[in-house]
Amino acid sequence: MTSLILQVEGVTKRFGGLQALTDVTFDLPERQILGLIGPNGAGKTTLFNVINGVYTPNEGRVIFKGEDVTGSKTYDMAHRGLARTHQIVKPLNDLSVRENVMVGACFGRENHKLHKAGGIADEVLEFVGLAERADQLASSLNVAQKKRLEMARALAARPYLLLLDEVLAGLNPSEIAEMVETVQRIRDQGVTIIMIEHVMHAVMNVSDRMIVLDFGQQIAEGTPEEIQNNPKVVEAYLGDPELADKLMRQADE
Amino acid sequence: MDFLLANLVDGLLIGFIYGIAAMGLTLIFGVMDVINLAHGPIIALGMFSIYLLTTMLGLHPYIALILVAVLGLLLGIVIYIVAVQRVIDAPHLSSLLATFSVNMIIIGLGTAAFSTAPYNLEFSLGKMSLGSVTLLGSRVVGALVALLVTAGLYFFLYRTRNGRYIRAVANNRAAAELVGVPSNRILALSFGIGTMLAALSGGIIATFFPFTILAGGTYELKSFVIVVLGGLGNPVGALVGGLILGLIEGIIPTFMETTWVPVVEFVMFVLILLFRPSGLFGAKQ
Amino acid sequence: MKNWRNILGLVLPLLVVAALALWPVFSGKAVDQETAFTILKAVALASSLNIILGYTGYVSFGHIVFFGVGGYTGFYLMSQQGWSIWPAMAAGGAMSGLIAFLLGKAILRLRGAYFALATIGVNQAMLALVGNLDFIGGPIGMNLNFKVYKEYGGAQEALQMAFYIMAGIALLSVIVSYAVRTSKFGLGLLAIREDEDAAEVMGVVAPNAKTWAYVLSAIIPGIVGALFFFKNGNIEPHDAFPLHTSIEFIVMVMLGGQGTVLGPVLGAVGYQGIRGYLLTSPIFKNIQLAVAGVLLLLIVLFIPFGVVGWIRNRFPQTRRVLQ
Repeated sequence: MTSLILQVEGVTKRFGGLQALTDVTFDLPERQILGLIGPNGAGKTTLFNVINGVYTPNEGRVIFKGEDVTGSKTYDMAHRGLARTHQIVKPLNDLSVRENVMVGACFGRENHKLHKAGGIADEVLEFVGLAERADQLASSLNVAQKKRLEMARALAARPYLLLLDEVLAGLNPSEIAEMVETVQRIRDQGVTIIMIEHVMHAVMNVSDRMIVLDFGQQIAEGTPEEIQNNPKVVEAYLGDPELADKLMRQADE
Repeated sequence: MDFLLANLVDGLLIGFIYGIAAMGLTLIFGVMDVINLAHGPIIALGMFSIYLLTTMLGLHPYIALILVAVLGLLLGIVIYIVAVQRVIDAPHLSSLLATFSVNMIIIGLGTAAFSTAPYNLEFSLGKMSLGSVTLLGSRVVGALVALLVTAGLYFFLYRTRNGRYIRAVANNRAAAELVGVPSNRILALSFGIGTMLAALSGGIIATFFPFTILAGGTYELKSFVIVVLGGLGNPVGALVGGLILGLIEGIIPTFMETTWVPVVEFVMFVLILLFRPSGLFGAKQ
Repeated sequence: MKNWRNILGLVLPLLVVAALALWPVFSGKAVDQETAFTILKAVALASSLNIILGYTGYVSFGHIVFFGVGGYTGFYLMSQQGWSIWPAMAAGGAMSGLIAFLLGKAILRLRGAYFALATIGVNQAMLALVGNLDFIGGPIGMNLNFKVYKEYGGAQEALQMAFYIMAGIALLSVIVSYAVRTSKFGLGLLAIREDEDAAEVMGVVAPNAKTWAYVLSAIIPGIVGALFFFKNGNIEPHDAFPLHTSIEFIVMVMLGGQGTVLGPVLGAVGYQGIRGYLLTSPIFKNIQLAVAGVLLLLIVLFIPFGVVGWIRNRFPQTRRVLQ
C-alpha cells in the first residue's frame, strides 16, 4: 500500500462573491500521475495555488506527507518538497538559464550550497535539453524553452510532488510528445505529479487517474477511460454530448 | 476651546487647498500609473509665479491665479512630452526617477534664481467673524477658489469630451485607443491638469504664508499622505483626505509643537500603507 | 567557481578604489585628498545602496537616512560622551543597522513605488524628528570641540586619519558587495528582484532575505556618517538627511550599472567627477542640482542599465567579469 503524498479535504475558496472552489476532495498516492482537467475558469490553477500556499482556503485542509500544511507559505511548501510550474511562465529574466535553475536547487528541499547547486543545475538542464543554453539570459529563450526552464527549476529542487500547470500549451505535436516522455521519466524517478492540461489526448495517455473540475466543483474522478465516457465531463466542456463524443473519438485515432 | 475651534476651522479651510494639490497628484496616478515626484517643486513654482506676477506685473493675486493655472497646465504638458512619455510603460522605477529628475532640475534652477530665502506675498483680506471664531479672509476665499476648481474639474471630467476621454484612458488605455481616443494627447493633457492643480494650490498657499523654493517639499509629503489616505487614483478621496489632514493639523498645535507635524504625517503615511493600502475610499484598481 | 574571470570581478573595483586612495599620496595636494575623500565616500554609499537597490530591486529613495542616523549617533557619542572614533563608528553602523531592521519589518512588505515613497517619508520624518530633539542639538545641531582632535594628534592628523579610514571603508564596501553578489544569499536577492513571487515558490524566504539585505545596506552608510561628521566638526539636520543627495546616489548606481559590483564604483567616480567639474565651473556652479537632474533624466530615458549594464548587454562575454 503506497502512502498518500497529498490529501485534499473539502477545500473551498471564495474571492469576495466568487466561489472559485467548492468542497474539493481527493487523495494522491505516491508516484502517481494525476491529470487535472476542466474548462477554462474551472478553478484548476486556483487549486494549485491553494495546495502550494499562494492562497489559504476558506474551508478545508491540505495534508502533505501526513502533515497539515493548510495556509503554509509558498516557501515553506518548497522546503517540504513541493515544486510547481506556472501557466504563464515566470522566468528570472535577467539571470542566466543556469542561474535560474540554481535558485531551485539552492532554496528547495535540499538546500544546497552554490557549488553543488551548479552541478545539479547542469544535470537537470541536460535532462530537459537546455544544456547548450545554460549561459544565455532567460529572457532570450522562446516560449517552449521557457517552459522547459520552468520545469528544470522545479526539478532542481528534487521535489516529492510536482505541480505542472499546462506545460504542453503552445507546443507543437513533436514537442508535446517529448514533454510527455519527460514527464514519464520524472515519475519513474520517484516524483509524484499533478498535471493541469487542456491537450486532452496527451493527458489522458499519461495520467494514472484524473479529476475534472467545473465551476470550482469536482464533477468526476477516475481513470482516463472512465472520464472519457462520463457524460457530465463531456457536457461541461462542450455542452453537446454527441459532438463531444465525436471529437473524443477523433482524438483517439 | 475657542482656540481649538479656531484651529480646526482654519485647518479645514486649508484642507481644501491640500485637497486640490492631492487631486493633482492622484489624477496623474489614476490616468497613467505614474507618481509625479516633481509635484512639490511645481507647488513651489506656483507660489513663485503668483509672487512674480503680482510684484512685477502689478496684477491682483486672484487674477494672477488664473495665469498660474494656465502656466501650470502648459508646464505639465511640456514635462510629460520631455520626461514622461518615453518611460510611461517602463517599470515604475523609471517614471519615478524621470519625474524626480524634473524635481531636481526645477529645484536646482529655482535655487539659483531665488536662493533659499523666504518670500512673502504680503497679502491680506482682513478678518471676518463667524460666531465665536475669527477667520482670515484669505483663507475663506482660498477655500472658495478650491471649491470652484473642484466643481470645474468635475464638470470637465464628466461633461466634456476631453474629460470623457481622460476617464476612458484612466479606465483602460488600450481599449480607449482601440475606439479612437488620441491617448498620447490625452495623457499629456492629464499630466498638465495634474500639474495645474499643484501650481494652483501653491499660488493659493502663497496668499496665506511666506514661502521658499524648498517649501514644496512639505506640501508634497502632505499630498502623498492624503493620496494614500483617500485612495490612489481617487480624486474625491483626495479632496476628503485633504480636509481630514487639514483638520488633524488643526488639532495638533493644541497638543504639541508644529515642528512635530511631519513626523506625525509620516507615521500616518506608513500606517495607512501597511494597514489600509487602498485608502479610506478605495484606490483605482 | 573561482576562476580568473570571477576574481577579476572583485579585483577591478578594488583597483579603482586603491587608485583613488593613492592618488593624493602621489600628487601631494591637500585639495586632491578632499576630492578623493568625497569620491571614496560616494563609492561606499553607492555600493551599499546597491545591495538593496541593485541586487534586491527595492528602490530606497531615502537611503541617506542611514548616513544621518549613523552620523548623529557617532557624533553624539564623540562630542557629548567622549567616545573615541572607532567605537563611535561601530555604534553608528550598529544604530543604522538596527533602525533598518525595525523599519524593514514595517515597510519591506510594500512593493515598488509604495516602498520608494515610504523611504522618502522615513527620511523626511527623521529630519523633522531630529530637529525636535534638543539633546542632540535640535534644529541647530551639534558642534565638535576641537579638543577632540587632539586625541588623534591634532586637526591635521585627524583629517589624514579620516582619509585613510574612508579609503578602508570604501574597500570594505566593495568586498561586501562582491561577497553578497557571489553568495547563495545574493542569488536569492537577485531572484527576488526578478520575480519575488516566483522566488518564494522556489523556496526563497523573501521577508528574511529582504530584511537582511536592507540591514546590510544600512550599516556601512551608518559608519560613513559617523566618520564624515567627525571630520566635518559639526552636524545639523539638513546636512545629515539631505534627500536630494540620496537620489544622487541612485543616479550613481544607475549610471554605473545597478546589480553589479563595479557599476556603483564607476558610477560614483563618474558622477562625482562631473559634479566636481560643475561646482568649479563658473557657469554651472549654481545649477549643479539641475545638471544632475538632466543627467539622471538622460540615463533613465536612454541607458537605463547604466554603463556597465550596457557593456554587459553588448558584449556578453564580459558578463562573468563585470559581475
